[in-house]
Amino acid sequence: MATERFEKKQARWWSSLVWPVSGLALLLLFDLCFTDGFFKLEVRDGHLYGVLIDILNHGSKVMLLALGMTLVIATGGVDLSVGAVMAIAGAVAARLINTTNVSFPVVIGVTLAVAIAAGCWNGLLVGAFRIQPIVATLILMVAGRGVAMLITDGQIITFTEPWLTYIGNGHLLGLPFPVWLSGGMLLITALLTRRTALGLFIESVGDNQTASTYAGVNSSTVKFFVYVFSGFCAGLAGLVAASNIKCADSNHAGLFLELDAILAVVVGGTLLTGGRFYLVGAMVGALFIQTLTTTMYMRNVSADIAPVPKALAILVVCLLQSPKVRTKFSGLLKRRGS
Amino acid sequence: MKFPLASRYLPLLATALVLAGLYVAGCVSFDNFSSLRVAVNLIGDNGFLGIAAIGATFVILSGGIDLSVGAVVAFTSILIASLVEDHSVNPLAAIAAALIVGSLFGAAMGSLIQWFELPPFLVTLAGMFLARGVGFMIHPQSHGIQNDFFLQTVSERLSLPLNNRVSFPFTGTCFVVMFVLATFVAHYTRFGRYIYALGGDEQSARLMGLPVARTKVLIYALSGFCSALAGVVYTFYTQSGDPASCVGLELDAIAAVVIGGTLLSGGVGFLAGTVMGVLILGLIQTLITFKGDLNSWWTRIVAGMLVFLFILLQNVISSASKRLRG
Repeated sequence: MATERFEKKQARWWSSLVWPVSGLALLLLFDLCFTDGFFKLEVRDGHLYGVLIDILNHGSKVMLLALGMTLVIATGGVDLSVGAVMAIAGAVAARLINTTNVSFPVVIGVTLAVAIAAGCWNGLLVGAFRIQPIVATLILMVAGRGVAMLITDGQIITFTEPWLTYIGNGHLLGLPFPVWLSGGMLLITALLTRRTALGLFIESVGDNQTASTYAGVNSSTVKFFVYVFSGFCAGLAGLVAASNIKCADSNHAGLFLELDAILAVVVGGTLLTGGRFYLVGAMVGALFIQTLTTTMYMRNVSADIAPVPKALAILVVCLLQSPKVRTKFSGLLKRRGS
Repeated sequence: MKFPLASRYLPLLATALVLAGLYVAGCVSFDNFSSLRVAVNLIGDNGFLGIAAIGATFVILSGGIDLSVGAVVAFTSILIASLVEDHSVNPLAAIAAALIVGSLFGAAMGSLIQWFELPPFLVTLAGMFLARGVGFMIHPQSHGIQNDFFLQTVSERLSLPLNNRVSFPFTGTCFVVMFVLATFVAHYTRFGRYIYALGGDEQSARLMGLPVARTKVLIYALSGFCSALAGVVYTFYTQSGDPASCVGLELDAIAAVVIGGTLLSGGVGFLAGTVMGVLILGLIQTLITFKGDLNSWWTRIVAGMLVFLFILLQNVISSASKRLRG
């Protein structure tokens, strides 16, 4: 009985990946046929270069955000503030590097501590005050960019510190550093949620909060934790974003990236209503979005028009996931089969 | 037992107090703050935000959310500018076309939400991307309007002179008229009652036999119409169309709705509160302009803090009234 259930769970885990992976595969197939040079890889100065590596590299910010966002959405919430937290993190790091003489680990430590503090704020509002997640995180989304502006004094602060620029532009063992960073974070998050009871707690809170409370799960604490974790991920993504362009731009850092992160999570198969969550699916979702964006750039679609295909992709994915559409489709198939 | 009844109006009262407090603080601190021109500009400059926020109020009252507002405003402005300038369409026809397109766009989003049971958050997010992208397809840059209707009729002839120096701009008139119409719809029509019922509890509304599906689609169509009208007013205001404008306007609109005391879970709130919320956001901006040495990003921080305070207030009131009832 136990093994049977275990096998069932395994099968489910893989089946959840079918949709996002086939979407990504379709997109890559399109590029293989119609976009020249999409799959060309070359080694220069011991580093791997190519469009595919670029997709991994540029997709890493959304991947980092999507990790935190997956856990938040699994509890039935949403974190709209991650873009603003990215801006704050970049601002703090750039400000510290330029105006003080503190060492590099301190800069990273303080930046991430600020991001975690932002996550604590969201977590308190949702967990302790029981404010709706959309509203609670909206506060920081509205005010966060103002705070980042306050930190940078309204300026775009540039920096040249080699360690800080390494985070976004450096290479490790042939691959860009952000790829390693997001890969490492995926591993840590997966271990944290799948090898401890935490993942189960998160899914139970998202599935049925009342039931999980009666079962002895402290839903407030679980919710608090996921928002703190999301803040931490946003802090890392903010460091990567600032490091990529070697400056802290409070107006544009992470702008609308929260939407991409939510989209990545949804494409990955996690339902917005909470419950079961899929970390790997969210990563595939993030890569799907980045591949879509890169494909459009390579096919000379202007960056301004790029949202249109993205919107259509969201709608198709939503429709495919809608239980109503699925039951209709399976009804059609059954009728044909019989 | 009297408190729960009055608690409906308590957030509205708090909003009115904040508005009055800010205005008095401005009048005390700055010499010309109490002049008629400041008050008139406050309404005129925030006309498009106000109309957008009225649309957002309906959606939020019904328990949904519309993230496409800013993008639809930008789309409408560039559509009108392009129709009038590049295709020499009659300005009134162009405006009518824009309003119809906006309403249909909203209705389409509402249908997806209703018939396929998709979350409003994602559908309107897709709508936002779509409207923004199509706006850029129509014309990739900001597009000035040279048409006489926009330059003279709207900005000069249609503004109402209040005294020999100050006149009430047409953008403000649109805002006031829209507010009156929307209040009538919300409180004195069957459709308005349906919206409140839907936001209160969709299941109960369905069991009561209310036309839930039709109402929901109509609500999003109404929101699309309001966004398009806000776009028209924005075009009057700037006398140009710009596909890149009004990024994040939906957040200001939602913030105004929350500051106005409407519950984001739906079912409770007043349009008058939203209008006061819009005026509060405008007053903060005006105060910061008058002060001179404060930067504009303080607007966002103060707005965020106000949203926080009002949500806290709502929580206190709802838990207090629950305790009284229980």
